[in-house]
Amino acid sequence: MVNNEHTSKQYDVELESVRERVLLMGELVEKQVRFAIDALSRGDIKQIDRIIADDHRVNALEVGIDESCSQIIARRQPTANDLRMVMMVVKTITDLERIGDEAKKIALTAKNLAQRKNLALPRFDKIKHVANLTLGMLRQSLDAFAKLDISAVAQVVRQDELVDEEFRTVMRYLVTLMMEDPRTISSVLEILFVAKAIERIGDHAKNMSEYVIYMVKGRDVRHISVEEIEREVQR
Amino acid sequence: MNIESVANPKIIIKDLNFYYGNYRALKDINLSIAEKMVTAFIGPSGCGKSTLLRTFNRMYQLYPKQKATGEIMLDGANILDSKQDLNMLRAKIGMVFQKPTPFPMSIYDNIAFGVKLYENLSKHDMEARVEWALRKAALWTEVKDKLKQSGTGLSGGQQQRLCIARAIAVKPQVLLLDEPTSALDPISTAHIEKLIDELKEDFTIVIVTHNMQQAARISDYTAYMYLGDLIELGETSAVFTNPKRKETEDYITGRFG
Repeated sequence: MVNNEHTSKQYDVELESVRERVLLMGELVEKQVRFAIDALSRGDIKQIDRIIADDHRVNALEVGIDESCSQIIARRQPTANDLRMVMMVVKTITDLERIGDEAKKIALTAKNLAQRKNLALPRFDKIKHVANLTLGMLRQSLDAFAKLDISAVAQVVRQDELVDEEFRTVMRYLVTLMMEDPRTISSVLEILFVAKAIERIGDHAKNMSEYVIYMVKGRDVRHISVEEIEREVQR
Repeated sequence: MNIESVANPKIIIKDLNFYYGNYRALKDINLSIAEKMVTAFIGPSGCGKSTLLRTFNRMYQLYPKQKATGEIMLDGANILDSKQDLNMLRAKIGMVFQKPTPFPMSIYDNIAFGVKLYENLSKHDMEARVEWALRKAALWTEVKDKLKQSGTGLSGGQQQRLCIARAIAVKPQVLLLDEPTSALDPISTAHIEKLIDELKEDFTIVIVTHNMQQAARISDYTAYMYLGDLIELGETSAVFTNPKRKETEDYITGRFG
């Protein structure tokens, strides 16, 4: 946590406001994902429409936070931990916005399937499991951001590997389904896109966790092995 | 604290202490200054950064109650050694101050004055030297048609570049700059900063500045000082993004007092 205060109280207010809005955005995005996954099995059109409509709120938050960060850079010339905080925020909200897009994509598919009365097919069970994993990753990453706590980052990175593995399993299963019964191809493809969206959400959540390490330790841990990340966390 | 090391040291300071009478203004400073790089000293008022800069050419010796102990090695010789010839030392280590200090004489003589103390140049060679120094200081095109006019008639920024030209005219190895732009407007400041960047091809530069962003912009190494202690010396790129010491971080992020 950024512990003591700036001589300029206004600077503290600006940084805190940015941080709070990222958390708000995170909360909203997490809800969007949760509702979208839920909509897949329940097919509640009203709920789906609300997810699609709420995406603009996510986008608006991204634009607003970006603007505030530009202002802070221009007016305050942040350095050291302040600079790393601003950099982390700018990157985090890009990933959050993309997660929002993936949630919307899932919702649109759910709507499509619901309208074709193609819901609650058993194949969603497979996806549910991966979806829960990624939701957990997202929550952990948001927690890490909120508390500037990097203790769970390595776990998130490991979970992402698991999610990727699970995605490949789902894909193999779906390909088999399509081969067995070509009439299912169009709907199974939609499910495949949903699975891909969920896998992407995991990637974005992992990125967000890695930015927290950059903020706390000053080290960029993207594109390095999970073992090395673990060493960095303990250093 | 170990000697804070740099890749290619020009000046190596060991256990330097400095006293104003009984007041100890520098405390066991160990630090190296990299050759042909810009090293910036930053820190709040009274931290000792200007005092440290002034030990390098023994400016303090003008005042009887001031004394320095320890070692400041320049190319293997101790600057603080009483056998050190002060005039020769100041030819090797030039200095420019916060307020421009042109001599009340022509622009040409401002430059030639110092050179005459050390070298016996022909008129032609002296003219060449004056032009060289003024070109190096990025002032030549502005003053080449009025070399006989008084140096005090120039603008503040031009006067400061004249002082830099005067300092480098004797071909020193090290250039000390004590807040060289704090009395200048942003455009003149930008000129001087660009100049500093060009001068480091030939000179080792040490600059004291209150403007942290200036240190971030122009220096290769940054030293943070506080209450007479050297807190941290590091590459500027690291100091301003990820300093090692919490004290440094608090100062450069504005969490100070």
